[in-house]
Amino acid sequence: MTKQKTKRWSDYMWIISATYFALGFFNIVFAWLGVICFMIPLLMAILGGGKGYCNKYCGRGQLFLQIGNTLGWSRKHVAPRWLSSPWFRHGFLIFFLFFFIEMIWLTVQVANGIESLHETIHLLWTFNVPWHWAYPVAIEPWKAQFAFGLYGIMLTSLIVGVILTVIYRPRTWCVFCPMGNMTQMISKMKAK
Amino acid sequence: MAKYKAENERDRCVACGVCVSMCPRDAITIYKGCYAVIDEETCIGCGICEKNCPAGVIHKVLR
Repeated sequence: MTKQKTKRWSDYMWIISATYFALGFFNIVFAWLGVICFMIPLLMAILGGGKGYCNKYCGRGQLFLQIGNTLGWSRKHVAPRWLSSPWFRHGFLIFFLFFFIEMIWLTVQVANGIESLHETIHLLWTFNVPWHWAYPVAIEPWKAQFAFGLYGIMLTSLIVGVILTVIYRPRTWCVFCPMGNMTQMISKMKAK
Repeated sequence: MAKYKAENERDRCVACGVCVSMCPRDAITIYKGCYAVIDEETCIGCGICEKNCPAGVIHKVLR
């Protein structure tokens, strides 16, 4: 019944996202590429592109669709309604920013020699998982610390997103995704 | 005219674009990154968007 839509190059961004996570498993320095996932959506929204990143290019979101729809690993039950409420979305954004700033702060401390490099990944805002094998060639400690920190944030959102995909629908993560929330706020301000 | 149509709760819509990519009639667009807008003329009320909306804010309703 569903009309087969012609695939465009932008429909394959999930491969890039999967590659990103694979590369970070072998060499953490690749985690720096994640900065792109933070800059492009914001720049697109600021320059008037709305949520074009979420709508067309978000590899993370496409990965959830692949897992949930193509592989079929999703119950496809709608998520609880409070998940899309403004207080939860904004609350999660503040929560996310708190950990983002903490990550930047640790990077600054490592750069100043106050803290030593943590070769661990901070997962689900709780666990410090050893990740030293992904650091084969030493670089400047603060650059490595940022990479470990950013990869932890990215992997955390992937884990949460996959769990939500399985329990609820694919892309349930997008409902309260901090990046999506920020770009939507920018878009709404610009549309006024 | 189809019996049903899709309706979006604009104040709850997260503008993720899942409905846009799923709509078999290309009847949905995202208005300036704010919310999904359904073209009632094109919409056939198939309900695919309702089944795929991760926020659960699109509803298939009687015209």
